[in-house]
Amino acid sequence: MSAPNAPQKPGLIGWLDYRLPIFGFMNKELREYPTPKNLSYAWNFGSLAGIILLIMILSGLFLAMNYTPSTDKAFDSVERIMRDVNFGWLLRYIHANGASAFFVVVYLHMARGLYYGSYKSPRELLWIIGVAILLLMMATAFMGYVLPWGQMSYWGATVITNLFSAIPVVGDDIVTWLWGGFSVDNPTLNRFFVLHYLLPFVILGVAFLHMIALHTHGSNNPTGLDAKKEDKIPFHPYYTIKDLFGLGVFLILFSVFVFYVPNYLGHPDNYTPANPLVTPAHIVPEWYFLPFYAILRAVPDKLGGVMLMFGSIALLAALPWLDRHPVRSGRYRPLFKKFFWLFVVNALVLGWAGGKPAEGHYLLIGRLCTAYYFIHMLVVLPLLSKFEKPHPLPTSIAAAS
Amino acid sequence: MTMTMTKRSLVFVALLLAAMAQLSPAQAAGEAEPLPQHDWSFAGPFGTFDRGALQRGFQVYRQVCSACHGIKRVAFRNLADLGYSAEEIKAIAAEYQVTDGPNDDGEMFQRKATPADRFPSPYANEKAARAANNGAYPPDQSLIVKARHDGANYVRALLLGYGEAPAGMKIQDGMHYNKYFPGHQIAMASPLMEGVVTYQDGTPATQEQMANDVVTFLAWAAEPEAEARKRMGLKVMIFLVPMTIALYLLKRKIWSRVKH
Ligand code: HEC
Ligand code: HEM
Repeated sequence: MSAPNAPQKPGLIGWLDYRLPIFGFMNKELREYPTPKNLSYAWNFGSLAGIILLIMILSGLFLAMNYTPSTDKAFDSVERIMRDVNFGWLLRYIHANGASAFFVVVYLHMARGLYYGSYKSPRELLWIIGVAILLLMMATAFMGYVLPWGQMSYWGATVITNLFSAIPVVGDDIVTWLWGGFSVDNPTLNRFFVLHYLLPFVILGVAFLHMIALHTHGSNNPTGLDAKKEDKIPFHPYYTIKDLFGLGVFLILFSVFVFYVPNYLGHPDNYTPANPLVTPAHIVPEWYFLPFYAILRAVPDKLGGVMLMFGSIALLAALPWLDRHPVRSGRYRPLFKKFFWLFVVNALVLGWAGGKPAEGHYLLIGRLCTAYYFIHMLVVLPLLSKFEKPHPLPTSIAAAS
Repeated sequence: MTMTMTKRSLVFVALLLAAMAQLSPAQAAGEAEPLPQHDWSFAGPFGTFDRGALQRGFQVYRQVCSACHGIKRVAFRNLADLGYSAEEIKAIAAEYQVTDGPNDDGEMFQRKATPADRFPSPYANEKAARAANNGAYPPDQSLIVKARHDGANYVRALLLGYGEAPAGMKIQDGMHYNKYFPGHQIAMASPLMEGVVTYQDGTPATQEQMANDVVTFLAWAAEPEAEARKRMGLKVMIFLVPMTIALYLLKRKIWSRVKH
């Protein structure tokens, strides 16, 4: 923000800014913001996530104008949107595929942070706020998927809300409270709609905190070195144009899904209206939950599974204290680099196992990968912090290129 | 340096996306009989519904399937997509009776359907449908093609998948063997007998021809927006691809000022 004592600049904007420094703020944070000049395209995903959030809010708003949150109208109202509302199919396909795109982009954004050690000091809080955003996104996406009130909506909601019954003593009461009754029903649908409408605005607020934390110490960069003044360039026009190009690439890929295979990532069962009397053969969550779903089912005990699942996310937040190696970027850590890719592959296999029935070798693979997830976090990273010898670091960003 | 990083990131993205594709729940389905793949007129990014097949399929639906299955989400006015004129649609709608009301006396009454009405379903409710079908429920077909994995090929395979049960398999009373139905026993008897309809356009009504036609019709009923969607997709691509290339060139130009 401009200094409080700066003289008023001429013109209307000057008048406004002297009283409410909103333009000065935008100028400073979105135009001048000094950014390391060596960022790779892996740094595109943050702004992309922000844009997708806006796309989701906008498309969701127009969907909500035509949606009816009641068990006997919800499915029909969605089909009315698809068939009778002008461009309703476009809105809905943008929103449904947008959720998947959001997770793709945020997972890539996180992988970038994992690889380049972006969670290390002084960016621990920035990272933890990111994990909070991830949790909020998961809650939002889960409740959103319930709204069309198809078979998977209903049964997914039943399975996931039932997890809370694993909590000792009060579990069953909590589930009844969540449902607003004795099963997933009209009150559940109503409150999920309200929360699904609310949470994205909470995400917006938390993403703002994320930005404040980011701009306090500035972006990390592929070398992991602290960027000096001469290593930095103004955000505009360099990163505005780079982000715009990235947005173009994203929109092309996104459009392939929206216009040509809009249901590829969805489940056909959700085009059958919810029926509490008919359980689908396999209840599977959306793809972006599958790794966590595999962890949930890895142990035969319900409470144990729930704790492992939430534990796997809690460990993400604890990363800055699990990986204490003094070198930030994986580029100069030969061992860490290998384990990073193992971790990525492990996460993908977990996702694959989560989509299969929990039996036979699927279950075994899911268990092995779950074990590795925790070993990576709790054993590999702390050991590497102690014993890994890094490559020699370049003396500066300029010297690295 | 930046180029290799660019490339590396791109490879990274591509690999992850490819892996995600493998993870999609579409593949996560149970192990079922592999479905014979038909060459649909509406498949692919440029596919459109064959108008002849749509009209023939509509005829099959009306004369055969509609005895048991509704298409309650389709309105008569939507039939314009099939190539019917406003007059023809009015005439088709007038063949159906729908319930309306209450009138000024507080009574519900029957009247002829208009283009604004939706297709009335054959049964008043699920209970009535089950009562008439030996306890089985013939589902509404408005979304059937979207509600099954590889729906168009599945419904086609189902319609053509009747035959003798393999030796040793016990078929329950009132059930029929079908190779493609989960569990292989279905309550619906084979609905498509050779020549059960006489096509107005003279096409021979073989079992396979009728199956292809009615599935084309049902695919349209499930996704009436499909053609408009693909057309818009093409326009969007024609806009996005050159724009993105231009943005890339602009990015190169602007970044050429930065010394590494
Ligand atoms: C005499 C009544 C009757 C007629 C006519 C009929 N069906 Fe069915 N259909 C049923 C019943 C009953 C079921 C439920 C079967 C079951 O669940 O075992 C069914 C189920 C189906 C299913 C769902 C299969 C699944 O995967 O669940 C499809 C698809 C289908 N019919 C297509 C058609 C088509 C296409 C026609 C017209 C060519 C047709 N049916 C004509 C009675 C009928
Ligand atoms: C709604 C979701 C999110 C939005 C809108 C968002 C937005 C952004 C933006 C715009 C940036 C700056 C550009 C960049 O460096 O890529 C950024 C940086 C960052 N984000 Fe996020 N983010 C989101 C989710 C997350 C999540 C889930 C995490 C991790 C758990 C995370 C961790 C980080 C970190 C560590 C940085 C600093 C990166 C660096 O400078 O190296 N973010 N975020």
